[in-house]
Amino acid sequence: MNPRQTLRGWLYSAPSVSMMCLLLFGPLLAVLFISLTDWQLGQDSFSFAGLGNFRALFSDDVFLKSLRNTCIYVVLVVSGTVILGLFVALLLESGDALKGFYRTAHFVPVMAAASAMAIVWGTMLHPTIGLFNRVLHVLGYEGVGWLRDERTALLALVVIGIWQGFGYAMVLFISGLKAIPQSLYDAAQVDGADGVVDRLRVVVLPMMGPVLMFVVIVTAVRAFSVFDTVRVLTAGGPNYSTDVLLYRLYTESFDYLRTGYGAALAVVFLAIVVVLTLAQARAMDKRVHYS
Amino acid sequence: MKPLSLGKAGKVFRHAALAATSLFALLPFIWMLSLSIKPAGEIFQADFHLLPSSLAGLDNYRVVFATAPMLRFLFNGVLVCGSIFVLQLMVCIPAAYALAKLRFHGRDALFSTVLVALLIPPQVLSVPHFILLHYTNLLDSYGALILPWIFSAFGVFLLRQFFRTIPDELIQAAQLDGLSEAAIIWRIMIPMSAPAITAFGVFSVVSHWNDLFWPLIALRHMDLATPALGILLFRDDEFGQQFGPLMAATAVIVAPLIAVFLLAQRRFIDGLTVHSIK
Repeated sequence: MNPRQTLRGWLYSAPSVSMMCLLLFGPLLAVLFISLTDWQLGQDSFSFAGLGNFRALFSDDVFLKSLRNTCIYVVLVVSGTVILGLFVALLLESGDALKGFYRTAHFVPVMAAASAMAIVWGTMLHPTIGLFNRVLHVLGYEGVGWLRDERTALLALVVIGIWQGFGYAMVLFISGLKAIPQSLYDAAQVDGADGVVDRLRVVVLPMMGPVLMFVVIVTAVRAFSVFDTVRVLTAGGPNYSTDVLLYRLYTESFDYLRTGYGAALAVVFLAIVVVLTLAQARAMDKRVHYS
Repeated sequence: MKPLSLGKAGKVFRHAALAATSLFALLPFIWMLSLSIKPAGEIFQADFHLLPSSLAGLDNYRVVFATAPMLRFLFNGVLVCGSIFVLQLMVCIPAAYALAKLRFHGRDALFSTVLVALLIPPQVLSVPHFILLHYTNLLDSYGALILPWIFSAFGVFLLRQFFRTIPDELIQAAQLDGLSEAAIIWRIMIPMSAPAITAFGVFSVVSHWNDLFWPLIALRHMDLATPALGILLFRDDEFGQQFGPLMAATAVIVAPLIAVFLLAQRRFIDGLTVHSIK
């Protein structure tokens, strides 16, 4: 390592390093700091509250409800997205006809702006002229107040969440499936495992283990970050049944200006995402080393 | 190799199942287009037809463009996302080059820092970013929409990985030919990294074009709104209460990205999935 390269190395990295400090690590420390105070945006002074914000958070019914809602949402969206994505990927890769069309069709929802498509879904879920209630009427049932009934609102958002993401999961699974070497299928065939179920059990699912884990984590992080559909369609209601972590963060920090409290929320959110991502990194690492 | 070996019946099932899931995926778009070309009377009709009975509904699009700054929103999207991407390249490429090709003290520590930065979800930093922009009087401007994003840990990571695959011999040969380091980066590294830069570009543009969270926080002046925020503003405005124009506006907002996607699908899919393969 010669000193000239060291100088050049840091010189070239300088914009990135300074921006990382200014835009990432500085703000990160600020959030951690603010979460320990009672500061309100716009105030001149504040005082330390220690872990007071966190204690208030975990005894706040609304926050606990939003945490619960978010967890339910994540579990349902991840299950639906992964299962549907894998199902579509398996079928798509198992034939040649119309592959390109199917792949494109399933990926379009991923591209379209969530807020715009949330508005479209809102009209589809409309109590009178929406698609779903029209279908229910034709079948002889009464319409459902999808977004207005606290029993169904979160489920409606779950369906939208699955719709948004399953094409993404599908593409990830497709690249995983493509990486399975022909030789494994041949070996399985020699061993007599040639039916659809056998092949899945003996070759596909074991090989897809890491990809599966990966897709689950990526989908989970995306699901924990749900915001657009809530803001656009339900504003957390009815009766806080669709209130989610990021929506809480947004309202506390920017509507109510309870910045210290909002920062505590941000810390909780950060902790969840970091734990998820690190868990996945460790699991991948183990796989790589022990396989 | 096909994961499932499908016989004739299997192939029929494949089409049936994939057609069903494709319909699920495309349903909102079909609905959106269908409603966007219907006049109000038809939307509230008791019986439902996919296609309108007259072309009167095309007026919805006229209403949209007449009452809302649609083109403004799209222009803002192009300006903001384009600026973000260009600035990201300017900040990230030198660092990626240094991390990939130079040997210097602290290089590995720096790279580890970049990896740590990848873990941080951006929404967590929204309050400090807001404060920063408030005290520099940049809130409610294009700067507010662009500046928080000009560093991308993902960009540095992706480009560094790609730069590493470029053979050192190539660079040494260029140095022997008398090229300066800047020229090497500009004339060799960047052109050879076109796939990675494109992938990063797709990821960056799509995420910022579709972002609602930050513009919602950073803006008061709605003529700076980017597409994702713009459509929300339209809905909350007078003509957004009517479904025909609302669906037409939504179509206008999502059309650009989808059109580009259809033209360059491979690039888009690669770009958006590369992010996950950390």
